[in-house]
Amino acid sequence: MHRTGDLYGQFETLEQQKESATLGMWTFLITEILFFGGLFLTYTINRHTYADVFSFSSRTIKLSWGAINTVVLIGSSLTMAMSVWSAQVGKKKLVTIFLILTLILGTVFLGIKGIEYHDKYVEHHIPGASFDMYFCTNNPGACNLTTEELAQERTELKELEDKVGGPVAVNAHSQLFFSLYFGMTGLHALHMIIGAGLLLWLIVESMRGRFSPRWNTPVENVGLYWHFVDIVWIYLFPLLYLIDRH
Amino acid sequence: MSEHIVSPKIYLGIFAALMILTATTVYAATVDLNEHFPGLNVIVALVIATCKAILVILFFMHAYYSSKRTKLIIFSGFFWLAIMLALTLSDYGSRTWDLH
Repeated sequence: MHRTGDLYGQFETLEQQKESATLGMWTFLITEILFFGGLFLTYTINRHTYADVFSFSSRTIKLSWGAINTVVLIGSSLTMAMSVWSAQVGKKKLVTIFLILTLILGTVFLGIKGIEYHDKYVEHHIPGASFDMYFCTNNPGACNLTTEELAQERTELKELEDKVGGPVAVNAHSQLFFSLYFGMTGLHALHMIIGAGLLLWLIVESMRGRFSPRWNTPVENVGLYWHFVDIVWIYLFPLLYLIDRH
Repeated sequence: MSEHIVSPKIYLGIFAALMILTATTVYAATVDLNEHFPGLNVIVALVIATCKAILVILFFMHAYYSSKRTKLIIFSGFFWLAIMLALTLSDYGSRTWDLH
């Protein structure tokens, strides 16, 4: 492709080139909005239909990890935004530093997600043949729960059975919640992993001094993607972790 | 139209606002608001999440400083999302059969 300096042949000016890149990235992000939108819609309908079991299932997830991860992810959005700024004002070293910080925070987020998934694995809360909402109460000591927490869970499970018609229904409905939980957080985590790959590429390019005030489209566009993934989590956190915590 | 550079001060301010909103939503979830108005807990959680999303879109994603054309594209995305949510939910809401 014909290219004069930072300007590709099909564009008249750098501004036009940047505007096109931003517009193209947003067009892609719209498809992502509708993609996740469909999942949120499915969640809304199921949560409305199986409200009692959904709020019980949600309370078995540790709130603290979710809250910490929200802070970590918003922090990574800040460092990402700062790396865009560094590129725009020509501080080439800072671009690399902020990109590395973003990658570290993204990795911390995924690590915490891994801890949460492991907790769910231990508690037999992963949908499938060994799924059992009664595992922790039937096997005291197997889960990381105190005696009071277990007693509380037993009472709540009893109440639920009366509401929905027995333990089979409790297991069936809560399996729906955890299918959506793993589906949505899993797809979100997949986006984070892709984002981490993009960040690695940006770090390499940035160390070569590729990003300048005149041309920094990849930093800007990966930034847009990273912030979008942050927004998805901003909705996932209250919907999955904060149902009926009172 | 020249490129607008958002200053680190604004980024830090937005980050602080997002942190405050996160703390608010966690706190609000521990209070029973449903006794005042059914479903108020969910409404509060979603309103706070939407405020956070708008701050991220406008400032971290520079939508506030972008051209009218880009703004239109962004708006159209959320408009289509609204159509999908509104029509599907009104369909489910108006059916006589129950999912149970």
